[in-house]
Amino acid sequence: MIEGIAALRVLSQERTDEIVITHMSTGADWSHVTSNAELDMHLSGAMGKASSFGLGVALAQPNVKVWVLDGDGSLLMNLGSLVTIASAGAKNLVHIIYENDSYDTTGGQAIPGVGLFDFVAIAKGCGYPNAFVFEHVEDLQNRIKEVLTLPGPTLLVLKVPSGPSRGPAGLPKTAESFARLHQLLAKRSGQAT
Amino acid sequence: MVTQPPALHAQNVVAELKKAGVTHVVWLPDSESNFMYAAMQQEQALTLVPVCREGEAMAVAAGLIMGGTKPVVLIQNTGFLESGDSIRGICIDLKIPVVLMIGYRGFEKEKPMTDTAGIFLEPALKMYGIPYSVVEEDRDLHRISAAVRETQQPPHTVAILVAREYATP
Repeated sequence: MIEGIAALRVLSQERTDEIVITHMSTGADWSHVTSNAELDMHLSGAMGKASSFGLGVALAQPNVKVWVLDGDGSLLMNLGSLVTIASAGAKNLVHIIYENDSYDTTGGQAIPGVGLFDFVAIAKGCGYPNAFVFEHVEDLQNRIKEVLTLPGPTLLVLKVPSGPSRGPAGLPKTAESFARLHQLLAKRSGQAT
Repeated sequence: MVTQPPALHAQNVVAELKKAGVTHVVWLPDSESNFMYAAMQQEQALTLVPVCREGEAMAVAAGLIMGGTKPVVLIQNTGFLESGDSIRGICIDLKIPVVLMIGYRGFEKEKPMTDTAGIFLEPALKMYGIPYSVVEEDRDLHRISAAVRETQQPPHTVAILVAREYATP
């Protein structure tokens, strides 16, 4: 197991100008390690749809790298998005999953199918060219540079422990982040908003 | 001489989307919009983004909009009804300026509808507070551009209901 914050710290150290979309309990952890909160957005509504949202950003901005920090329960709610993302061929999308076998935000109840399914196999079976699982922070540190340079979509599964509910308190509201990033991306692209 | 009923032509729908500045069509094929598939595929100004389930479409479209493009969502009313939480949590809560083009399965112009997919559509749109208009034939197509404009001030989601009765490729 990797402590979630320790894993996200490794990712944050590699971050340059990626747009990071967080979802569910990843948002609180990421807020502790982010190196550029201006480029972060916590998608708080519509559980399971962060991967789809990230795909839209990645397609609109093919020269911008997009990271989606998703949960295992969330991804199970929108498993078809793996096929949609692979089908769209979003080379600039990295899809990172907290796999803690539970719904942390509702008190740690088990997700369906614990121990029965394999996100890496599922992602590869859906057409993701790259999918990896990390259980030790040292392995993540050793391979992260290589993994992040691969043409995506890429799935990273982080085996993290279930923890107490960590609400998104203190994170900017999703609508505010949406408007800010919309303007920022338009400015980068030289578009009017 | 047999009089042909007014028709909705795929090329004209695509031309109207192009005129409205639409860049992407996030869609899942359905019986009401399938007549447009070939025309949309051939139009280089449009990028088709197929999804596996309709609830993905609102999120993909929102991301596309945040990234600076102008998508529409094209789904059937059955898929709209399936997408409730995406409509609530994304379209409405984030005030996404997107047009949802919804195939109006079960639409009946002159008699009571019997298909619940049709019966529940307009009440559901009213419940969500999403304004809508119906496109049945080519002369209604200006409503698509009007809907795209309407999404902008203030930002909100608008629906176009595509009634297929006389649609032709």
